[in-house]
Amino acid sequence: MALALVLVPLAFALLVIALPSNRWRPLCVSVGGAAHLALTLVALNLPEVTGLGGWLLLDPMARLVLLLTSTLFFLCSLYARGYLAFHSELSNRVFCACMLGFIGVLTLVVEAQHLGLMWVAIETTTLVSAPMLTFNRDRRSLEAAWKYLLIGSVGIALALLGSLFLAYSALRSGLTPSLLASDMVHDAPLLSRPWLRSAFVMLFIGYGTKMGLAPMHTWKPDAYGEAPGVVGTLLAGGLTNCAFLAILRFYAICISAGDSGFARDLMIVAGLLSMAVAGVFMARQKDIKRMLAYSSVEHMGILVLGMGIGGGAVFGSMLHMLNNGLTKGVLFLSAANVQRAYASKSTDEVRGALQRVPISGALMLAGFFAITGSPPFGPFLSEFTILNSAISEGRYLIAALFLGLLAVVFIGMGATVLTVVQGTPSERASVSTFRDGFSTAAPPLILMALVLLLGVYVPQPVETLVRNAASVFEFHAAVAEAP
Amino acid sequence: MSNAVDALLVIVLLLNFFALGTSRLHAIINATALQGVLLGALAVLVHRTFSAQPILIAAGAALIKGFIIPWLLARAMRDVAIRREVEPFIGYIPSLFAGAVATALAILFARTLPLAEEHVGSLLIPASLATVLTGFIILTTRRKTITQVAGYLILENGIFIMGLTLVEAIPFLVEVGVLLDLLVGIFIMGIMIYQINLEFASLDTTELSRLKE
Repeated sequence: MALALVLVPLAFALLVIALPSNRWRPLCVSVGGAAHLALTLVALNLPEVTGLGGWLLLDPMARLVLLLTSTLFFLCSLYARGYLAFHSELSNRVFCACMLGFIGVLTLVVEAQHLGLMWVAIETTTLVSAPMLTFNRDRRSLEAAWKYLLIGSVGIALALLGSLFLAYSALRSGLTPSLLASDMVHDAPLLSRPWLRSAFVMLFIGYGTKMGLAPMHTWKPDAYGEAPGVVGTLLAGGLTNCAFLAILRFYAICISAGDSGFARDLMIVAGLLSMAVAGVFMARQKDIKRMLAYSSVEHMGILVLGMGIGGGAVFGSMLHMLNNGLTKGVLFLSAANVQRAYASKSTDEVRGALQRVPISGALMLAGFFAITGSPPFGPFLSEFTILNSAISEGRYLIAALFLGLLAVVFIGMGATVLTVVQGTPSERASVSTFRDGFSTAAPPLILMALVLLLGVYVPQPVETLVRNAASVFEFHAAVAEAP
Repeated sequence: MSNAVDALLVIVLLLNFFALGTSRLHAIINATALQGVLLGALAVLVHRTFSAQPILIAAGAALIKGFIIPWLLARAMRDVAIRREVEPFIGYIPSLFAGAVATALAILFARTLPLAEEHVGSLLIPASLATVLTGFIILTTRRKTITQVAGYLILENGIFIMGLTLVEAIPFLVEVGVLLDLLVGIFIMGIMIYQINLEFASLDTTELSRLKE
């Protein structure tokens, strides 16, 4: 079952490569996405899902990330049909195959319990997503893809070095080194501390690059700025969470080792720094998609900040991963619609989106309120949980900085979004025939409904999923404190 | 045996310096290729057992790092018809100096970490860290896309050396996966170098600076 979740999309990818016609491939992606979502829903209802002799396992964290990723991918696959129909003059063979390959490999990242296999899978996600960035074949997208590929690969290389350091920490203690997560958690108290710490720093930098934490975020504005909106969604709502999951797997080992204080400090500093950098670059940002990239930097910061604060904030972080992923989908997809309707993504030309593309304009506005933590949307609930825990843990300075940075981002992002949606479209901006259509408007609309739902009422199964994922870290903390 | 290992590692370190100091692209690609072959030999020497699996990995690494990847890069160079690195962001003498400092730091850092008994006094870990840092310096200071790829390769070579200390920890499947990822990664980079050259009529990465705040 665990292996099927990986192989089914890959099989569809092979089918897509074989198909000669541009018209049928997007449909094939949707069917593949539907199959993946169906398998995911079945798997989540099974008590235990394993594969490859224990190397693959749906543990509580994997369940949560898998549900988010699969839902997002399915909706993106529906959206992609409208998008690719608009660009029917370009061959979509590589694009469609890479999309399906991407979800297959992403599933492998999520399920992998062997940290070496997880590394291989994450590096492969870079390789299958880079070609999607160059779909438009212009100078800007080539530049963005080159930076993405190079910075991503180098970052990930450091993570490999970190993984080896971790294995060395076992070797140094006279244990048989293994990179199986369960073995590492079990042996954690015996690991050599200096190597363990060096390993975590390397891994945090490495996977943090992939996640897009400041100051390793530099590829993100370029890649998200030039990528098609559907790719931006898959990266910002899918890939970044998988990198976060990778960091958490190593964090769990640090907690079991009874040596998590430095890791938590590192996460708090990186979290606040990411929020601050995002706030600075979001102010007066004229490019809609680059603004969204900085929003992604900000929210990755919030995720690690929550983990660093600990306590109830861990639950907040897990819930926020869900909320951020879904809201990023709303924003990237609606922004892409707006961009196509104006053939521009600069606020110099894009005005009055509410008039020209009413659904996408409204979704962008609602998505903006949601992502900045306004009630009644999901992110409000998760950000409030994190803030609340910071205060109840007595971390007043962190709580104050968190609130202040959220306000800065709200103002910065608001200026751009309001410019885009309000007013009347100028004469100059009438070059595009694109308007809201069913396949391009419905997916972000559904995502927005989910974000609203998570704000007013978290369904019981979802809450259980989030709670189980968060409890992984409480359990490790309890084990570490027991003796 | 450990003398032979250290001797090879010294050559690896010298190749780092050679790569830092040369302006000819062919030379830097050949240096990474020679490093790749040496890593294959090192893998055999370090593993000591002559069973099938380590030999296979060593041969695979030597083949991919020593021949296939350099061939891919040489082909990319021929397609885009360039030979020399332009003046780097920092000159060759300063980057050699930076490499020397990085190597010294790597040795110092490796001393502060507690080593397993069998690695005390061995060059494996210092050489690994020094090679990683060298790759990093080349990657960040050179302008041509091909030289950046060479820097990435040197960095990967450094990580491979670290992996030699951990024979038991890394299963066959993962070793193969790492090598394949590297190969596919370089292949995609090769295609992109070609596309970039078509679009920009240059491989100078200073051209790649339209996207900024």
